[in-house]
Amino acid sequence: MTLADITIQLLNGLAGASSLFLVAAGLSLIFGVTRIVNFAHGSLFMLGVYIAYSLTDQFGRGSPLAFWSCVLAAGVAVGVIGFVVEILLLRRIYQAPELFQLLATFGLVLVIKDVVLKLWGPEDLLGPRAPGLRGAVQVMGKSFPEYDLVLIAVGPIMLGLIWLVLNRTRWGVLVRAATQDRDMVGALGVNQAWLFTGVFALGSFLAGLGGALQVPREPAQLFLDITVISDAFVVVVVGGLGSIPGAFLAALLIGVIKAFCIGIGDVQAFGTTFSFSKFTLVVEFVVMAIVLVIRPWGLLGKPAGEPRHTAATEAPLKPLPGWLVLGFAGLGAALLVLPVFTQSYLLILLIDVFVFALFAASLHFLMGPAGMVSFGHAAYLGIGAYAAALMVLRAGIPMEATLALGPLAAALGALLFGWFVVRLSGVYLAMLTLAFAQIVWSIAFQWDGFTGGSNGLIGIWPPAWAAEKEAFYHLSLVLCAAGLLALRHIIFAPFGAILRAGRDSPLRADAIGIDLRRHQWFAFTLVGAFAGLAGVLHVFSKGSISPETLGIARSVDGLVMVLLGGVQTLTGPVVGAGVFIFLQDEIARRVEFWRAILGLVIIVLVLAFPQGIVGFLRGRFMRAAA
Amino acid sequence: MSVLAVRDLAKAFGGVQAVRDISFAVDSGELLALIGPNGAGKTTCFNMLNGQLRPDHGSVTLDGREITGLKPRAVWRLGVGRTFQITATFGSMTVRENVQIALISHHRRAFSFWPRARDLYGAEADALLARVGMAEQADRPAAVLAYGDLKRLELAVALANAPRLLLMDEPTAGMAPKERVELMALVAGIVRAEGIAVLFTEHDMDVVFAHADRIIVLNRGELIADGKPDAVRADPRVQQVYLGGGSTFGHAG
Ligand SMILES: Nc1ncnc2c1ncn2[C@@H]1O[C@H](COP(=O)(O)OP(=O)(O)O)[C@@H](O)[C@H]1O
Ligand SMILES: [Mg+2]
Repeated sequence: MTLADITIQLLNGLAGASSLFLVAAGLSLIFGVTRIVNFAHGSLFMLGVYIAYSLTDQFGRGSPLAFWSCVLAAGVAVGVIGFVVEILLLRRIYQAPELFQLLATFGLVLVIKDVVLKLWGPEDLLGPRAPGLRGAVQVMGKSFPEYDLVLIAVGPIMLGLIWLVLNRTRWGVLVRAATQDRDMVGALGVNQAWLFTGVFALGSFLAGLGGALQVPREPAQLFLDITVISDAFVVVVVGGLGSIPGAFLAALLIGVIKAFCIGIGDVQAFGTTFSFSKFTLVVEFVVMAIVLVIRPWGLLGKPAGEPRHTAATEAPLKPLPGWLVLGFAGLGAALLVLPVFTQSYLLILLIDVFVFALFAASLHFLMGPAGMVSFGHAAYLGIGAYAAALMVLRAGIPMEATLALGPLAAALGALLFGWFVVRLSGVYLAMLTLAFAQIVWSIAFQWDGFTGGSNGLIGIWPPAWAAEKEAFYHLSLVLCAAGLLALRHIIFAPFGAILRAGRDSPLRADAIGIDLRRHQWFAFTLVGAFAGLAGVLHVFSKGSISPETLGIARSVDGLVMVLLGGVQTLTGPVVGAGVFIFLQDEIARRVEFWRAILGLVIIVLVLAFPQGIVGFLRGRFMRAAA
Repeated sequence: MSVLAVRDLAKAFGGVQAVRDISFAVDSGELLALIGPNGAGKTTCFNMLNGQLRPDHGSVTLDGREITGLKPRAVWRLGVGRTFQITATFGSMTVRENVQIALISHHRRAFSFWPRARDLYGAEADALLARVGMAEQADRPAAVLAYGDLKRLELAVALANAPRLLLMDEPTAGMAPKERVELMALVAGIVRAEGIAVLFTEHDMDVVFAHADRIIVLNRGELIADGKPDAVRADPRVQQVYLGGGSTFGHAG
C-alpha cells in the first residue's frame, strides 16, 4: 500500500467510527444508569436508518437544511420510541433479574424487526445523497466523499456535546452520580423513574441518529439490527462498560482496523491467499478477545467491583420427589411408544424438541449452576453439527462414529475458547462468548470450499437403519434423554456442587482449596460436548446445515428457551424448549409475522412470570402445599 | 517453632501504606488478637497471610515453610483456615452442604462425577457443625441464617481441613455481646484442645481481654505494641491511639 492508500483507509475508518460511536455511547449510557444490557439497541439504530430513509427520500433532497433536519428528526423519532418503550416495558422490569431484562429486550428485537419488514418491505433501500455533499475531495491524489469528511467531524462533536451534557448540566451530574451509585441518587430525592426514562430516550436518540447518518452511505437493510448490536457491544466492551470516551476510542480503533482490512484485500503468502477483506467480519471480535484478556475491564473502564446480586439466591437443590420421578418415567415411556399412534409430522417436531431440550439444558448448566451466561452457545451446537456433516461428506465416516466425534469436536472448540472465557465474568464473559461464536460463524460462512459457505452443506442423512423417521425419533429420544439425565446427575455430583459453590462465592471457594477457574473451564468444555451432541442429531434430522445453525439468532433462541423455563430450575430448560419449538411452529405456520408474535409472547411472559414458567409453577405449587 | 511467622510484611495501595513492615509470630495453641482502629490495616494483613493479596515485600512462613506469594487455595491446603469479615458462604446450599463442600475439597474429590455430593462426608460435616453449635440448623439454607449463625458456619467450614492455623477476621462482628463471648470461648476450647494457632481481629475489648493470650496492636499500618494483655493495656502509645480515637478501650476488662 502507498501512503495515499493508507491515508484514505484511515479516513474511511474514521468516517465509519462516528456512527458506531453514537450507538455505543447510547448503549453505554443506558447500561451505566439502568444496568440494562439493551439488546434492542441495534434495532433502534435500524429504525433510525429506515425512518431517515423515508424522511430524506420525501423531504430531504432539496437543500442541505432540509436534509439535515430530516436526519435530526429521525434521531428524535427514535428517541421518542425509546421513551415510550421505557415507560411501557422497561420501567416494569428494573427489579427483575438481569437475564430477564435481557430477554425482554430480545423480545423487542423480534418485534421491531417485523415492524420494519411490514412497513418497509424486505428490499434494500438506498437513500438520497446529502445535498451539497455529493461530491468528492482529492486527498493525496485520491478522491474521498465529502459526506464522509463531515461524518468524521460528527464523532468528536457528539463526544463533546455528550461531555457537556454530562458535566455541565444538573441532569448530567445526576446521570453520572447514578452511574456510580444508584442508591445515592435515590437518597438525594431524585425521581429515579424519570431519570431512567430520560437516559433511555437519550440513548435511543443517539442510536437513531447514528443510523440516520448512515443513510447516504449504506442501504437500509433488515439484518442491520444484529450486526450493529454486536458491533456496538464490542465497542462498549473494548472501551469499558459505562465509559463514553472509552467507547469513542474503541470505535476509532475498530473502525480504522476494519477499514485497513478492507483496504489490504487479498494477500498472497506461503502459497495461499489470505483474504483480509473477509477477515473484517471477525477482526473486531479478535480485537475484543485480545483486549479482554489483557485488560478485562476494557481500555478505559474501571475494574468492576463485586458483581451485583440480581436474582434472589436459589433454594438448595433437592432430588426430585418420588411422584415426579414416576411422572417423568411415565412421560418417557409415553414418548417411546408414541410413534405407534401418530403421524410423522409430530415426530419431526418432537425430534426438534428433544434436540433443543438438550441444547437448552447444556446452556442452562452453564448459566445456572456454573454461573456463566453465554451469548454464543450455538457455536458448540454448530461445531458439532458441522463436524458431523463434514466427516460424513468429506471422509465417509459413518453417523455412529460422528455421534462421538462431533461432540468431541465441539468440546475441543469449547476447550480452546473456554480458556479465555473463564478469565472473565458477568457481562464481559457473555460478550466474549458472543465474540467467539461470531468467529466460528464467519468461518462457516466464508470458507466456501470447505463448509459450503452461506449455502451450507446438504445430503447428510442417517444410515439405513436410522433413516426411517421412527427410528431416528427413537435414537434422538434415547440420546437426548441420556444427555439430560447425565447433565442433571453432574449438577448433584461433587463436580457440579463445587461449581454451584463457586458461583455463590468465588472468594470462599478459593479459600477452601478450590481452583474455580479450572472447574469452570472444564464445565465449559463438558457443556460444549453436550451441545455438540445436540448439533449432530440436529444435522442428521434435517439432512442439511447452514451457518444459521450457529448464528447469534440461534444462541438467542437457546437463551429464550432457558429463561422461558426458568434458570433456577433443572426441568425449566426442557419445558422452555418444548414451549418454544411448539410456539414457533404454531405461529410460523399460521401467521406471516411470527417473529413479532414470538417477541410479544416473550415480553408478556417476562412481565407475567419473571421467574420463568417452571419457577412460577413451583412457586404456586409450594404455596398451595404450604 | 512458631506456627506462623511474619517478617517485615508491607503493602501499599497507591499512596496509602496500608501495612508497614510488620513482624510477629503465633505459636500453636495460642490465641493472638490483632487489634487496631478501623482502617489500621488488619484485613489487608489477613489478605496477605492467606495469599489473597501479594505483599510488596516481607515474608510469611507456616511451620518454617515459606508461603509468601502462594494462592489462597494452596495456602489452605497447607493447613490455614480463614473466616471473613464479611461472611462468604454458599447461599444456595444448606448449612451441611456448605461444610460438605469444604470436606470434598479437603479429600480431593472435587473432580468426582459419580456420587452425589450430599451423600459424601455427611457424618463428618455434622460433627463439625455440632462443635460450633449449629447441628440443629444443618438442613437450613445458608442464605436465611442470622448473621451470628453465618459466622459459626464459617468457623465450621474453616475447621474442615483440620487446620494448623486459623485466621479469623472480626469473627464476632454483628453478634450480640453475650454471643460474642460464647463464640470466642468455643474457639478457645477447640484451639487449646487441638493445638491450633489462632490470629483474630476484634473490636470488642471484653472479648479480646477474656480470651487473647497475647495482643498485637496495629495503627495506620504500623505495629505499635506486642505483648501480654496487661502490658498492652498499660502501653501509653496504645492508650493514645484508642483514647485519642474516642474508642471504648478504656473501659475494657
Ligand atoms: N483494595 C484496596 N484498594 C485500596 N485501598 C485499600 C484496599 N484495601 C484496603 N485499603 C486501604 O488500606 C487501609 C487498611 O484497610 P483495612 O486493611 O481494610 O483496615 P482494617 O481491616 O484494619 O479496618 C485503609 O486505608 C483502606 O482504605
Ligand atoms: Mg477489616
